[in-house]
Amino acid sequence: MSLDFTPQFDGFFRNETFRDDFTYRNSPQNIRRFAFPFDRDDYMYSVNMEPHTPGRPGSVFEHTFDVDEHYVSEMIDRAKVLAQDPLRCQSLPHMTLAGWDLLELIMESKARDYPQWFSLEKDGNRWRWINRPMGIDQTFTFLDESTLPYGPFEYITRQTQGDFSLQDERDGTLWMDAGMITSQADWSLDFDIGMNFHEWHAPVPLAHEMGVFDRALKFLLKLQHGAPVRRYNWTMTVNPLLDTAPETYPEWGHMRTLPTQENMGHMMHLRVELQGLFRLPRSNAIAFSIRCYLAKFEELVTVPKWGRRLHRVVRDIHPDVAAYKGFLRNRDAMVEWLSKYDDGKPTSPGWWPDDEE
Amino acid sequence: MSGGAKLPVRVAEVVQVNDLIKRFRFVTRDGSPMPAFSGGSHTVVEMDDHGTRRLNPYSIMSDPADSSGYEISVRRDDVGRGGSLYLHNHVTPGMEMVISHPVNLFPLDTRAKKYLMFAGGIGITPFLSQIAQLSHHGGRFELHYSARSRALGAYMDRLTAAHPDRVHCYFDEEDQRIDLPRILANQPIGTHLYVCGPKGMINWVLDTARAAGWPEPALHHEEFLAPPVGDAFTVQLAATGKTITVAPAQSLLEAIEAAGVDAPYLCRGGACGQCETRVIACDGTIQHNDHWLTDEDRAEGQKIMPCVSRFAGKHLSIDR
Ligand code: FES
Repeated sequence: MSLDFTPQFDGFFRNETFRDDFTYRNSPQNIRRFAFPFDRDDYMYSVNMEPHTPGRPGSVFEHTFDVDEHYVSEMIDRAKVLAQDPLRCQSLPHMTLAGWDLLELIMESKARDYPQWFSLEKDGNRWRWINRPMGIDQTFTFLDESTLPYGPFEYITRQTQGDFSLQDERDGTLWMDAGMITSQADWSLDFDIGMNFHEWHAPVPLAHEMGVFDRALKFLLKLQHGAPVRRYNWTMTVNPLLDTAPETYPEWGHMRTLPTQENMGHMMHLRVELQGLFRLPRSNAIAFSIRCYLAKFEELVTVPKWGRRLHRVVRDIHPDVAAYKGFLRNRDAMVEWLSKYDDGKPTSPGWWPDDEE
Repeated sequence: MSGGAKLPVRVAEVVQVNDLIKRFRFVTRDGSPMPAFSGGSHTVVEMDDHGTRRLNPYSIMSDPADSSGYEISVRRDDVGRGGSLYLHNHVTPGMEMVISHPVNLFPLDTRAKKYLMFAGGIGITPFLSQIAQLSHHGGRFELHYSARSRALGAYMDRLTAAHPDRVHCYFDEEDQRIDLPRILANQPIGTHLYVCGPKGMINWVLDTARAAGWPEPALHHEEFLAPPVGDAFTVQLAATGKTITVAPAQSLLEAIEAAGVDAPYLCRGGACGQCETRVIACDGTIQHNDHWLTDEDRAEGQKIMPCVSRFAGKHLSIDR
């Protein structure tokens, strides 16, 4: 069996690509709801977690799982990545129950938050799931794997924007024992699966010295069902590539040499990862969602506050951090291009665009 | 907020199980399903005990697949601080209460080939939900359950009827003892051991298993300490500038909360580590009652676990 779906673009969802001709872009409305990650003019790595409670209406925080205009195209891109490399989705055998937990969480959230697109009907363990944007109508038995075309984890993450991993809690730490990783910045599931918390974070510079991971782990171990948390991470990507995994570096690595002052605004993207952490009820595992938002520099500077701030952040960032995030070689050129959008005026605190802009 | 998400519930049923134990069933107030949970979880029950706010952890013993309600069993403690007495004497069907979302500090390792369980007395409760969960998923287990007498062996009938070959009962009054070395020697590779009961039993089981060469990651135990009663003492809360007095039947954590200061916690029983607080100044003796801090931590005297630990002396100042 496989997941046959018939995309329905219906005027809201964009039909676009994240590869080859790169037709990905944000509509003007979508730019203003971009998950801009800088709440001030300077940046320092921090764990910065906060409760994942419903946020400002219209923002990416409004719902538990944000569905935006890129949904259908992202799911098509995911299916392409998996067709080439099925190992981008793996789940160790003891994680099946956690997969059902995640499936239930996502189906219930989406049916509640987006009734125009998703519906879930339950008759005991007999469930009917309708995903209109993807043209899916599936009846199955909850907790019975044989009634779905894939395991529960793969089934639901083929229909949900963002990468996911499932962490099993054992021996006082967390083990990444399942993952759907098709849109990661420089991150390899095949390499990380089965690792514990400190092992998979080992490459972050400066952070170990600050003890942030010990504190983060302690925080995660007390993560409670019903009280999810979120945080941001960000980097820069040349072209709107979702898939920048180490395995495909030969296909995208050379793009880092392409930006010039002429094409910078169009080609350079701020890539924001909105990370969510959920304690799962039946399995006691922790689901980690990594939702990727991409915006072109030329889109971001249409919000004057963000143009000023992005220039200051990129200009002042510690070179080790720029190197870790993979944009040190283009940093000066980025600063030069962005400087045209910074008139030196003060910026207001917080992420949101200013209302009068 | 520091205790996490809360569930407003109604008491649906109170059952006298034996001379010492009562069972309480909680359901949602609006009739919606309770959140799913995993076997071995506990919930923290909030009580307003005639003006004293108590929050006590109890293992959820009901079947995780039953989303219509949660059940806990509470053993009456006539000399303790009163949480169990409040539940026994004042909680009746129909009452509205608040409990925490389930938290699991005693989860089943889902990779285990087999689960070997040792329960002592009321320590049976987490195993009841774990066994229910394992029964749905076909997991292998073996339970050794000891109680003082037949009359006090709560849920033994139910367990032996459902799993006659897997449940073994022992009674102190009849001088029956668990033949631990033999049981430990007869387990397949990949077995995980779980023990919950009185401290002496936990130590005996873990020490024997370690001596027999069991790997540490395969050993699991749970022991919630009730905050001990002690003399009143005074503490300065340096971060908020308050000075509080902890009453004899109150924990330091409860006194901090009563002063309107938000403090982190999870188990309230000295086991999870979340309430750890830095000691800023100490002229006297900290009575460490937790089993979270290491011996080195205690020797350094820089940390205290306010959920169970107390103080005697001239002056204590902590970072809260
Ligand atoms: S709250 Fe768990 S150790 Fe104090």
